[in-house]
Amino acid sequence: MDHLDKLEAQSVYILREAYREFKSLCMLWSIGKDSTVMLWLARKAFFGHVPIPLVHIDTHFKIPEMIEYRDRFALEWNLNMIYGENLEALDGKLTFPDGNTDRITCCKYLKSEALKHTLSGEWPRYRIDHDKRRYVVDERKEPYNGVVVGVRADEEGSRSKERYFSPRDKDNVWDVGDQPPEFWNQFKTDFAPGTHVRIHPLLDWTEQNIWEYIEREKIPVVSLYFNQGGGTRYRSLGCYPCTNPVNSDSQTVSEIIDEIKTGKFSNIAERSGRAQDSEDGGGLETLRRDGYM
Amino acid sequence: MDKFIKNIGMNGRAQMNIVIVGHVDHGKSTVIGRLLADTGSLPQGKLESVRESCRRNSKPFEYAFLLDALKDEQAQGITIDMARCFFKTAARDYIIIDAPGHIEFLKNMITGASRAESALLVIDADEGIKENSKRHGKMVSMLGVKQVTVLVNKMDLVGYREDIFEKLKADYSAFLAQINVTPLSFIPVSAREGDNIVSLSEKMPWYKGVSVLEQLDQFTSDMELQEKPFRFPVQDIYKFTRSNDDRRIVAGTVAAGSVQVGDEVLFLPSGKQSIIQSIESFNTLPKQSASASEASGFTLATQIYVRPGELMVNPSEPLPEVGCRFRVNLFWLGRAPMIKQKEYKLKLGSARATVKLAEICNTLDASDLSYSKSKPQIDCRDVSECILETSRPIAFDITSVSEATGRFVIVDNYEIAGGGVVVENLSAGESLLQQHIRDRENNWEAGLVRAEQRAVVNRHRAKFIVFTGVPGSGKRAVAKALEQGLFQNGMNAYYLGVANIDRGLDADLGSLADSAGERLRRIGELARILTDAGLIFITTIDDADDYDIETLKLLNEPNDILVVNLGENGFSRYQPDLQLPDGGAVADAVSSVADLLKTKEIIIDYQI
Repeated sequence: MDHLDKLEAQSVYILREAYREFKSLCMLWSIGKDSTVMLWLARKAFFGHVPIPLVHIDTHFKIPEMIEYRDRFALEWNLNMIYGENLEALDGKLTFPDGNTDRITCCKYLKSEALKHTLSGEWPRYRIDHDKRRYVVDERKEPYNGVVVGVRADEEGSRSKERYFSPRDKDNVWDVGDQPPEFWNQFKTDFAPGTHVRIHPLLDWTEQNIWEYIEREKIPVVSLYFNQGGGTRYRSLGCYPCTNPVNSDSQTVSEIIDEIKTGKFSNIAERSGRAQDSEDGGGLETLRRDGYM
Repeated sequence: MDKFIKNIGMNGRAQMNIVIVGHVDHGKSTVIGRLLADTGSLPQGKLESVRESCRRNSKPFEYAFLLDALKDEQAQGITIDMARCFFKTAARDYIIIDAPGHIEFLKNMITGASRAESALLVIDADEGIKENSKRHGKMVSMLGVKQVTVLVNKMDLVGYREDIFEKLKADYSAFLAQINVTPLSFIPVSAREGDNIVSLSEKMPWYKGVSVLEQLDQFTSDMELQEKPFRFPVQDIYKFTRSNDDRRIVAGTVAAGSVQVGDEVLFLPSGKQSIIQSIESFNTLPKQSASASEASGFTLATQIYVRPGELMVNPSEPLPEVGCRFRVNLFWLGRAPMIKQKEYKLKLGSARATVKLAEICNTLDASDLSYSKSKPQIDCRDVSECILETSRPIAFDITSVSEATGRFVIVDNYEIAGGGVVVENLSAGESLLQQHIRDRENNWEAGLVRAEQRAVVNRHRAKFIVFTGVPGSGKRAVAKALEQGLFQNGMNAYYLGVANIDRGLDADLGSLADSAGERLRRIGELARILTDAGLIFITTIDDADDYDIETLKLLNEPNDILVVNLGENGFSRYQPDLQLPDGGAVADAVSSVADLLKTKEIIIDYQI
C-alpha cells in the first residue's frame, strides 16, 4: 500500500465507524476539494452509495458555479442533499457585502449560526427531491449528533490539534485543552445526551495528498480551481466577496500538484486568499471555538 | 505549519510516525528544533527570524524557540496538546508527534504514542532518570511501539563524559528490561550544540554508534502484519436495497494477514462458517485478495447471519481465543477510579461488550516501579495487571500473537478511560456469573413449602419457557396462547411481555445498548423466583444467541428452562428443545409445546 492507499483506508475506517455508531449522522459538504474528496471516500466506504445526508450551508454569496456543481452531483450520485441558511441575517442584510458587519461577524452569522441551527434542526432544512429535481422543506427536524467534517491538520494552527472524533458540548464549544484520548484505532464514539461529536476523516491528509488523490481517482472538482485562460484560479473556495483567486497558470490537476510541490506555492499558505483569516489574528481559533469548520 | 509541509509527503515516499517522549525540560523541543533546522525542513526565513528576535530581546538563541515559534503559529496561544512536526530525510518523510512531558497531558501523550511506529525517549544526562522517563517508557511499551531509541541529552552539561553516559545507559537499560523494552540504541547527544544529531560529533570520539538521523532511517516499518494469521473484525454489514443494490457486504479493515476469493472463513464467537464469494470495492479494478490494513468488504457464498463485532478468520490458520474472562495489562486515565461491581464498555477490534473488573492482581506505580498487591481500585495513571470479564464471549488474541486484535479500550461514562492489552485467556475458570449463582444459591432463603409439594398441589411442575426467533416470527402470539391454554387446563402459567419489563423493572436502564446484559440478567433472576414459586413462566426473546440462552439457563438454576424457537434462529451450537416453523397455525404450535411438556413430565394432561 502506498501512502495514499493508507490515507484512504484510514478515512474509510473512520467513516464506517461513524456510520456504525451515530444514529443521526450528517456530512458537511462545502463543495470545496477537501469535502468533495471526503464525499468520494464515503462512496468508497459504502461501495458506491452515500447513506449519510450531506449538509451544505448556503451563504448566498457563494460563487454561482459552486451551487450548480453541488446540485449536478447531488442528482447524479443520488445524494441525500440538504442545505440550510441564516434567513434572518440575509433578509435583514446583516452581512459584510451589504456593508453592515465586518468579515468575522458576517462569517459568524452566515456560516457558524446557520450551521448551528441547521444541525440542531431549529431552522428549516431544504432537501433535494430526486423525483421533482428541486429542493423541498425537509420534514425531519431531529438534531444531528454526529457531524463529519473535512478539516485537515495541516490547514492552519487550531486544526492540527484536532482528534479524529472530537466532542462538542451543548453550545458547540470545543474544549481544546481537555480532549479525550484516542488509543490506536478506538475513537470516542460514546457521547452524553445533548452533546455532539465532530468526525474528521481527512485529518492526516495534506493539500498535496488531496490533489494527488483527485488525480488518481479522477474525482470531478469544481472548475474554479483551474486557470481558465485568464491567468488566475482559486486555491481555496469561499464566498466571492472574501475570496480572491491567485495568479496561476495551472489548468490541470497535475499542474496544480507541481505548483504545490515545487513551484510558486510551496511556501505560501493555502488559505492566503481568504480574507477572514487575517482579520481573526491569522488563525481561525476565534471562529472555530464557536463552531466554524 | 502549512508553509513547510508542502515540501514533503511526495507521492509514493514512505512515511513514518515517531513519538518523542521524556520528562519535562529534558530537551525534547530542542531535539525537534535541531532535527527541523539541520534537515532544512523549516519554512523560509524562520531560523533567521527567531535568531533576530532573540538578538533584539538580548536572550541567547535556543533551538527549542524554533519549535515554540512553530507551535505558536499552530496554536495561537491555545493549550498544550500533542503537536505534529514534519521533516524529511533522503530515506523517508517523518511526522514527529511531540507529546507533552507534563503529567497532566498524559492522555495526549498516549494519543500520540499509540499512532507511532517508533519512539525517541529523551533523558537529561545531568538530571538522570525521572518519573516520566519511567512512566513514558512503560507506556510506549504497552502501546506496542516496538522500536525505541534513547537519547541521552545535554551531554555538553556533563563535559561529554563517557562514564556518565555509560552509567545512565546501564541504569535505564535495567529499568527498560523490567518492562520488556530493548532499545535499539542509546545515543549521547547535545541537541543544543547539535552533537550526534545529524552527524557524529568530534566532542565524543568514544561514541562509535550512529547519529539520531541515521538511527531514524534505520527504523523499519511494520511489514510483518501481512504474514500473521488472517484477522478481520467485522465493522458492519451493509445492504443498500433501497438503492437497488442486493449485495450483502461484510465490511471492515483487515487487521492482520490476508484472504482470497474462495477462502473458507469462520466467524467468532458465533462459530458460523462460509466462503468468500467476492471482494467488493468502488472505483477500482476487481480484487481477488485483501490484506492487512486494507479497508475492504466481502460477499459470502452462503446466507449466514453475522453481526458487527464478530471476528472473521481463516479456520485453517491458528485461531484466536474466544472467552469472557481474560488477564490484561491495563492503563487507567479516568477521572473516577476503575472499581469492581461497576459495568463498563469494552471496545476490542470491532467488538463492543459490557465488562466488569473481576480482580486486581497487581498495580504498578510507574514512577518508581513499585508493585502493590492490595489496591482495591485502579486509580488515574495506574498501570494494573487485572482480570476483566465481559458479559458475553468475544473473540480476541493474546497481544503477543496478534496486536491489533489483542488490545482494547474501556469506556466509562462516555469517555475512553483506559486502554490495555490481553495477556491471557482465563475463560476456563469460574466466571463472575457462576460465582454469583453459587453465592446466591448457597444463601438462598427457602420457605417451608418444597417444590415437590407445590407440584402435587398444582398438578404440574415449574418451568421457565422461553420462545426465541427473529422479530415477526409470531412467537408472542404462540406464547400468549400457551399461557391461556395452560390456564384453562387449571395450571399456574404466566406470560410476561418483555416490553413490560422495559417500562417497569428496567426503566432505570435507559435505552443504552450496553444494558442488554443487565436486561437479560433481570429476566433470568425473575425466572428463578417465579419458577421457585411453582409457576410455568413464559416469555419471549428476540434474536437470542447461544450465550443469551446459556446465561438464562444459569440464572434460572437450579430450576429448568425450555427453549422453543420459531423459524430462523440465531444459535450456532445450541439446540432448542423444540424447533417450530414460523407463520404456522398458533394452535398447532401450542399443542406441539404441550406435547413436549407432557413428554418431559412437566404437565400431566392437556385438553384443547
